[in-house]
Amino acid sequence: MSGHSTWPEWVYIGVVVALLVWVGAESWNVERLVDHVPADAEVIKVTGQQWFWTFEHPDGTKEIGELHLQKGKPYKFEITSKDVIHSFNIPDYVVLQDAVPGRINTVWFVPKDTGEFPIQCREYCGLIHYNMRGTLYVEDTA
Amino acid sequence: MVLEIQKPRPIWQIMFSTHHTDVGLLYLITSLAALFMGGALALAIRLELFLPGSQIIADSMTFNRMFTVHGTTLIFLFILPFASAIGNYLIPIMVRYKDMAYPKLNAIAFWMIPPGFALVWLGFADFTWNAYAPYSVISAPGPAADMWIFGLKILGVSSILGAINFIVTILKCKHPDLPLSKIPLLAWAYLTSSLIMIVAMPTFAAALLMLLTDRLGVSGFFNPARGGDPIAYQHLFWFTFHPEVYVLVIPAIGFMYEIIPRFSRKPIFSHGSGVAAFILLSIVSFASWAHHMYATGMSFTEKTVFMVGTLAAVPASAMHVFNFLATMWGGRIRFATPMMWSVGGIALFFSAGAGGVVNTAMPLDFITHDSYWVVGHFHLFVMGTIAFGSFGFLYYIFPYVTGRMYNEKWGNVHFITSFIGAVMVFFTQHVLGLYGMPRRIFDYPPFPEWVAMNQFASIGAMLLGIGAAIFLVNMIYSAAKGKEANMDDPWGIGGKYYYPYQQKNPHH
Repeated sequence: MSGHSTWPEWVYIGVVVALLVWVGAESWNVERLVDHVPADAEVIKVTGQQWFWTFEHPDGTKEIGELHLQKGKPYKFEITSKDVIHSFNIPDYVVLQDAVPGRINTVWFVPKDTGEFPIQCREYCGLIHYNMRGTLYVEDTA
Repeated sequence: MVLEIQKPRPIWQIMFSTHHTDVGLLYLITSLAALFMGGALALAIRLELFLPGSQIIADSMTFNRMFTVHGTTLIFLFILPFASAIGNYLIPIMVRYKDMAYPKLNAIAFWMIPPGFALVWLGFADFTWNAYAPYSVISAPGPAADMWIFGLKILGVSSILGAINFIVTILKCKHPDLPLSKIPLLAWAYLTSSLIMIVAMPTFAAALLMLLTDRLGVSGFFNPARGGDPIAYQHLFWFTFHPEVYVLVIPAIGFMYEIIPRFSRKPIFSHGSGVAAFILLSIVSFASWAHHMYATGMSFTEKTVFMVGTLAAVPASAMHVFNFLATMWGGRIRFATPMMWSVGGIALFFSAGAGGVVNTAMPLDFITHDSYWVVGHFHLFVMGTIAFGSFGFLYYIFPYVTGRMYNEKWGNVHFITSFIGAVMVFFTQHVLGLYGMPRRIFDYPPFPEWVAMNQFASIGAMLLGIGAAIFLVNMIYSAAKGKEANMDDPWGIGGKYYYPYQQKNPHH
């Protein structure tokens, strides 16, 4: 030590730690809300396989590569895979959850706007991973 | 042999030597070869992504193989061997010993790299450098995948042997008059990173064997069709490779600890705080591995635990940044090439760390995960921090290795093009990730924002490529025909060059 004071370093560490505590606490708070699935959410079963998505509505109708949902309703996705790990992603609504074979992962959201939104795979799954895409159609409740 | 100008020797004398600077030279040449090979793949990838549709790469499988080998090469064949090269040159001298503790083991550790290198490149596997199961078990084409597994196995053992050698050299062979608290921070960097390596790497070694037997069909550890759990592979993988991130970055921080006080003409602000930060990092690096796995369906509690563990690593990194800035503060700084690289590296290190806080904040991770944000984020570490620190140190050690001086002007040009290039590529990739572009894709839909940002990033990558070409010419030309370096003080900064060539340990 060359005799200089060390208090600026302690102040700096204090500021960094305070910022991190704030980020951590805020994340904890938000994630706690995000993890809480509304009871009235409609269940959509999502199955990933090389290299397309299959969606099954509660009434048993199936869609491949396209998903039609209604605006303003909460939906809960139950996501799984038939072969390798995929990752179900609707970037515009921050819906992201891995499709893992042998497991069912859940994630929920409420579509707020009508229109078409891209669906894609976010986990590398082989040859056509780049084109494992689909479209979400959000329609107005008639 | 251009790098042995002063006393030319036949090449086999260097190849079969166990002397630490000879092994260091072999590591150095291998790592630079890997840097250019891996970098060439990166340029091809960026050219391909310049526009949607197939540009220069014929099909997605080739593209997938290219980014897999790009990542594997630069992590295992550039960054790790480069750190070993510098460590071999300087650690024995820093702890005042005649060689590494186990010279033959040292040579063995190096000579395991060429077969690993060959297996990775001849196989050209496609399952990304993570080799996630079950894709790597049931879907990845062999023999490429198996060759990658064997190659990584060999490289992993090589790293463990090298780490053992550094730990023993520093702890057991240091001069009795030299207390551990007084060894330079670069030696502390090697001590802590080697300790992390030795604790972390065996887990991946085990996972690789399990993956191999799974592929052979005699086990089903990670294969859900046989009752296995693919997520277990991710835990084993990241238990090794999150700490490994610190194994990669800590030596680069050590390089900066050598360069910054010297070119600021001031002693380091706090040796003790640097040591403390290294030790802290080596402990907390083991508390954060599953922050790579939030989206695999982890519970709220698991996510919280790993978020806290990840955030805990930030103050230690911030201590290093503070130490660098406080050392430069009020110093008479000489912005020679090594110093430019170090200061640029610190700036990008800080940016990378700030982005990392965003990744680990749970809700935000679901925006950034597996998008181009993550690509930009970790490239700011591996390129912006580690490669920048390594380039700086290579210029710094150049007179020591060759007895000659590199061309200062072209060294500056190399830095400036690379810094602008790195900012253009990796900052843009962060934004591209926020716009939702997934990583590891061969082709993308022509959304105007995606196209524009990909083009901007590709232009930045070309700047990095131009910088690398300048660097290559500068190194080769200066090693052969550069001015003789003033070995007492090559940069005219006053004081003696830390490790004059004359102090080289005798050959044995």
